[in-house]
Amino acid sequence: MRHLLDFQGWTRPEVENLLDTARVMAEVLERPVKKVPALQGFTVATVFFEPSTRTRISFELAARRMSADVVSFAAQTSSLQKGESYKDTLLTLEAMGIDAYVIRADSAGVPHQATRWVKGVVINGGDGRRAHPTQALLDAYTLLEALGTLEGKKIAIVGDILHSRVARSNVELLPLLGAEVWVAGPPTLLPQTLPGARLTPHLEEALAEADAVMVLRLQKERMEAGLVHLQDYIAHYQVTEERLRKAKPNAPLLHPGPMNRDIELEGTLADSERSLVNRQVRNGQAVRMAVLYHLLVGKER
Amino acid sequence: MLLIKNVKLVDALGERGPVDVLIGEGRILSLHGGKAETVMDGRGLYLAPGFVDLHAHLREPGQEVKEELSTGLLAAVRGGYTDIVSMPNTSPPVDTPEAVRALRKKAQALGLARLHPAAALTQAQEGKALTEAGLLKEAGASLLTDDGHTNEDAGILAAGLLQASPLGLPVAVHAEDASLRRGGVMNDGPLADLLGLPGNPPEAEVARIARDLEVLRYALRRSPKRPHLHIQHLSTKRGLELLREAKRAGLPVTAEATPHHLTLTEEALRSFDPLFKVAPPLRTPEDVEALIEGLLDGTLDAIATDHAPHTQAEKEMDLLRAPFGIPSLEVAFPLLYTELHLKQGFPLSRLVELFTDGPRKVLGLKPLHLEEGAEASLVLLDPKERPVNPKAFASKARFSPWTGWVLGGWPVLTLVEGRAVYQALA
Repeated sequence: MRHLLDFQGWTRPEVENLLDTARVMAEVLERPVKKVPALQGFTVATVFFEPSTRTRISFELAARRMSADVVSFAAQTSSLQKGESYKDTLLTLEAMGIDAYVIRADSAGVPHQATRWVKGVVINGGDGRRAHPTQALLDAYTLLEALGTLEGKKIAIVGDILHSRVARSNVELLPLLGAEVWVAGPPTLLPQTLPGARLTPHLEEALAEADAVMVLRLQKERMEAGLVHLQDYIAHYQVTEERLRKAKPNAPLLHPGPMNRDIELEGTLADSERSLVNRQVRNGQAVRMAVLYHLLVGKER
Repeated sequence: MLLIKNVKLVDALGERGPVDVLIGEGRILSLHGGKAETVMDGRGLYLAPGFVDLHAHLREPGQEVKEELSTGLLAAVRGGYTDIVSMPNTSPPVDTPEAVRALRKKAQALGLARLHPAAALTQAQEGKALTEAGLLKEAGASLLTDDGHTNEDAGILAAGLLQASPLGLPVAVHAEDASLRRGGVMNDGPLADLLGLPGNPPEAEVARIARDLEVLRYALRRSPKRPHLHIQHLSTKRGLELLREAKRAGLPVTAEATPHHLTLTEEALRSFDPLFKVAPPLRTPEDVEALIEGLLDGTLDAIATDHAPHTQAEKEMDLLRAPFGIPSLEVAFPLLYTELHLKQGFPLSRLVELFTDGPRKVLGLKPLHLEEGAEASLVLLDPKERPVNPKAFASKARFSPWTGWVLGGWPVLTLVEGRAVYQALA
């Protein structure tokens, strides 16, 4: 593994190996002094061409807890439109001796493009609708914690699948670990196909006997584009206590955040014991530590 | 006087020779040799009529950072083209007789390929009010088009076809329904879903072709003179089928296909390289196969480049923001000679026709064949293979989707009315 762009071409042992490392990192995070010298002397840049506070903080903490130096580049979309180029930004950072770049952009493919320009390691921090691999890794980690195994487990992903990089990355990753993934959403927010997943416009079909349910954020811009009516969405696709009865008893709930309470998910469920949202956030750090460690000092290098 | 000895001839009529071609006074004087100051050995080479491109973005005026007449028309002659139709989506758009005259004058002074500017169908290409078609024609406009934009107002397109019909001017359309393609940056389908890129569905092109053919029927019924609709850069199998049907029904419609739609597919987008971002988008192998069939059976009239130069920096933006377009003037013929003729047995004579008589007919120019007395606007082609090297392009766009492809059929000499406008170093 040279970069982490998506899970195309990945094998199960590679994923399991990475998740094993994440478990070690999670132990580090339980210690009173949450810091190891593993990445001392390395410099990690978070390069966020699209704003995202949560993911950026998670990556930066992950790097700092392993003693890496961290620099942060946050570009406003407006400055990009003024002609600022991704390539020049990255080459400037390259000249400063960056070892790893965590790249977030609103267009699919920017991390791929970056690998053609910089010598350092590229980690996809979310690119357009394409991929958000560390989110999927933390989801897998959290699901494994809750379910013990993903082998033969039915995982339902609900919401705006078409525009979701979280859905795409989970659909690539979870089947590698043996899961059966169903995605459900309104027809206007479903892709034509998604290799690795079963698609359905019927929420109940996806929830039936599901071992876990992942709820995606419904973005306001989809309503503004006229692709979906909010009340109709709530009526037919909101994950509620009532609808969850179709799933396995106590099937856990995941959400990549930030959450629209009472839109995609009934508010009381968000606070219930089923919700693994806080575990996801905690595990995100451990998983990102593992990714940085594997890419910068792992034995593959 | 120039004598090219032992050269094989290829034009729309077929392949002949080798013969000794004597050129002087801007014409082919003899196919049986003669005396000349300059004698060239044409052994192993092909002589063909000069190529005509119905669709090139030369970016002048206003976008000289991407291309200008001097670089674009030099790229043209290096590609074997003697005649180029430039698109009017410049800054400002070419929508006045003065702008057409200015372009022609400047191009004439350059003495490279001959320029046949296309003029805007509507003022400022805004799709609202027609331009002065008659005066544009008198100024030398070769066709009318709002290319660079789509024709969303069917009524204006109908009026444009009517207005152009007595003038004999084709109206060329970028046939895509903008409301259906929306922000699509690649072909819509399973691959776009997988890559997470917004899809531009084939139906956007097909629906627009279907509409435009009805608009053409309307104009045909209303006009005492036959209108002429030309469909640019056809890219879909279904669109081709509609076109085939329309031609069978006798509708006055012609169409072109581009080198990129004939040699590349959506698979290229897996690289996430905006170099492959083009509108209409690269499609599927099934579409490519259908287009080649359309070239063979006459459904398609011409191969046109849609040469669309941009700066390197623009094509290194992300896939949502990078501009659409692929430059191809300097590789179009070698590419299709190699990929279609050499690799798939596409008849050479028909291929040459699609670069010569095909586009000439669309423009209302007489066919050009290699006969005594014919105008000596010619290209000499070398089957020897070499890789595509964009660094050596004359175009300002020194990048190419075909970089490194090993191609034969490179132009080594281009003549416009007997005058050498390009000669490769031996």
